[in-house]
Amino acid sequence: MMMILGKPAPLLFGQLLLGIINGSFYAMLSLGLAIIFGLLNVINFAHGALFMVGAFVTWGLLHYLGIGFWPALIIAPLMVGAFGLLIERTLIRFTYKLDILYGLLLTFGLALVLEGIFTNGFGSSGVSYGGPNILSGTLNLGFMYLPVYRAFVVFAAIVICFGVWFTIEKTSLGALLRAATENPALVQSFGVNVPRLISLTFAGGVALAGLAGVLAAPLYSVNPGMGTSLINTVFAVVVIGGMGSIGGAILTGFGLGIIQGFTEVFYPAASSVVVFAVMAVVLLARPAGLFGRVA
Amino acid sequence: MLEVRGLNAWYDESHVLHGMDFEVREGECVTLLGRNGAGKSTTLKSIMGLIQKRTGSVRFRGAELIAARPDIVGRAGIGFCPEDRGIFAGLSVSENLMLPPVVAPGGMSVADIHALFPNLAERAKSPGTKLSGGEQQMLAIARILRTGAKLLLLDEPTEGLAPVIVQQIGEMILEIKRRGFTVLLVEQNFRFASKLADRHYLVEHGQVVDMIPNHELAARAEGLHRRLGI
Repeated sequence: MMMILGKPAPLLFGQLLLGIINGSFYAMLSLGLAIIFGLLNVINFAHGALFMVGAFVTWGLLHYLGIGFWPALIIAPLMVGAFGLLIERTLIRFTYKLDILYGLLLTFGLALVLEGIFTNGFGSSGVSYGGPNILSGTLNLGFMYLPVYRAFVVFAAIVICFGVWFTIEKTSLGALLRAATENPALVQSFGVNVPRLISLTFAGGVALAGLAGVLAAPLYSVNPGMGTSLINTVFAVVVIGGMGSIGGAILTGFGLGIIQGFTEVFYPAASSVVVFAVMAVVLLARPAGLFGRVA
Repeated sequence: MLEVRGLNAWYDESHVLHGMDFEVREGECVTLLGRNGAGKSTTLKSIMGLIQKRTGSVRFRGAELIAARPDIVGRAGIGFCPEDRGIFAGLSVSENLMLPPVVAPGGMSVADIHALFPNLAERAKSPGTKLSGGEQQMLAIARILRTGAKLLLLDEPTEGLAPVIVQQIGEMILEIKRRGFTVLLVEQNFRFASKLADRHYLVEHGQVVDMIPNHELAARAEGLHRRLGI
């Protein structure tokens, strides 16, 4: 068997793949968080729960309505986005003029409520979702076996991240969002309905979480706690990358997933804390994060 | 075109405007002159709907805007250039220029704007706040010429700029006026204002205390200097 740095190659590549997969989810989730924080100044603690809702909606579409994975890829994010719009209009908007802690506490509460509802309905062990047949099977790459669906998730995540980055950084809609992040009052005086822009941005950000939830459904067990376990790491990613930096969130997400994967190989005991160790080091050296703009 | 009657405005509990009365006719350039803190900038912000608590009447082309949100005021065709210029650091010069949506037909084309402000074309890709102060001021004015807004509220466009730049901005405003825009200008620079404006309103303690046609300004300069410290 081929050995790299004293470890069997299949183990190393397997963990690398796992790291990239986890990184894909870190990147997609931290993107939404960064966008929402940038414009709304709300630290959306319900992001992980909405990711979980996206996975459950995917399962529910198949289980109750016979709607498969590919349509769910469109329908579930729309449903999660619509739900996001509802909670933004009825709850979150009241926190904009208050200290940032109120938004955090409100969304934290929302996350607990959502988790509670789904635990009541489906139990804490949750349900399982098969995933699309066309993406079943594995590819033999010679040095390792690559499950097709995992390759698809990485590819989809890269496309999604690039699409979001391009929209924010290179289009006129993105310019509007960046401007409204800096000075919403002035943008509104130009004739832009900024409150509506804010609502739609929140909906878009949580729709991204919903989309990540669809991609996660065939990969992980669909259970009420699946978001919470991920979101703690995602917050660390956002902090390391720098609050509000889109490109930073993407690169940090993938990077930390890979670092975590390698730690699993070389020193498994540290794999769950390595992200937070990196966060501590980065914050000591660069308090605004790796890609953060110092205000 | 713009008629302001009995305009009162408050920042939290402090009462800043005490019944401002003035009007701007189509094609005019009108200034609000006064000391720091007299309420000139607050008047522009109140017209734009950017001050939460305000009463009285702001009529633009006959429509009442006193209770309107800022985006409604912007859509009605009033362009606002704030005192701090409001250039977005996260946007390039060209993104800053293209940011305000078109609210009416008849705005200047980008080619016209670039002809009037060649620097903005040369530096289209730089971040907006990397421009010099004078260039930022030109960008802040240029971007509201594109939108079709015909009434421009300019808040101290000469503040902190070198005399030669102030002169350029003055020429720009005259050119804008020639092109049929109406301008309401807040100024402390007395000489600058006298070269551009048709009429001047003197503002003291949140009220208009006098109106002076431009041709009388020179004769009354001495008294105004004493009274307003400008």
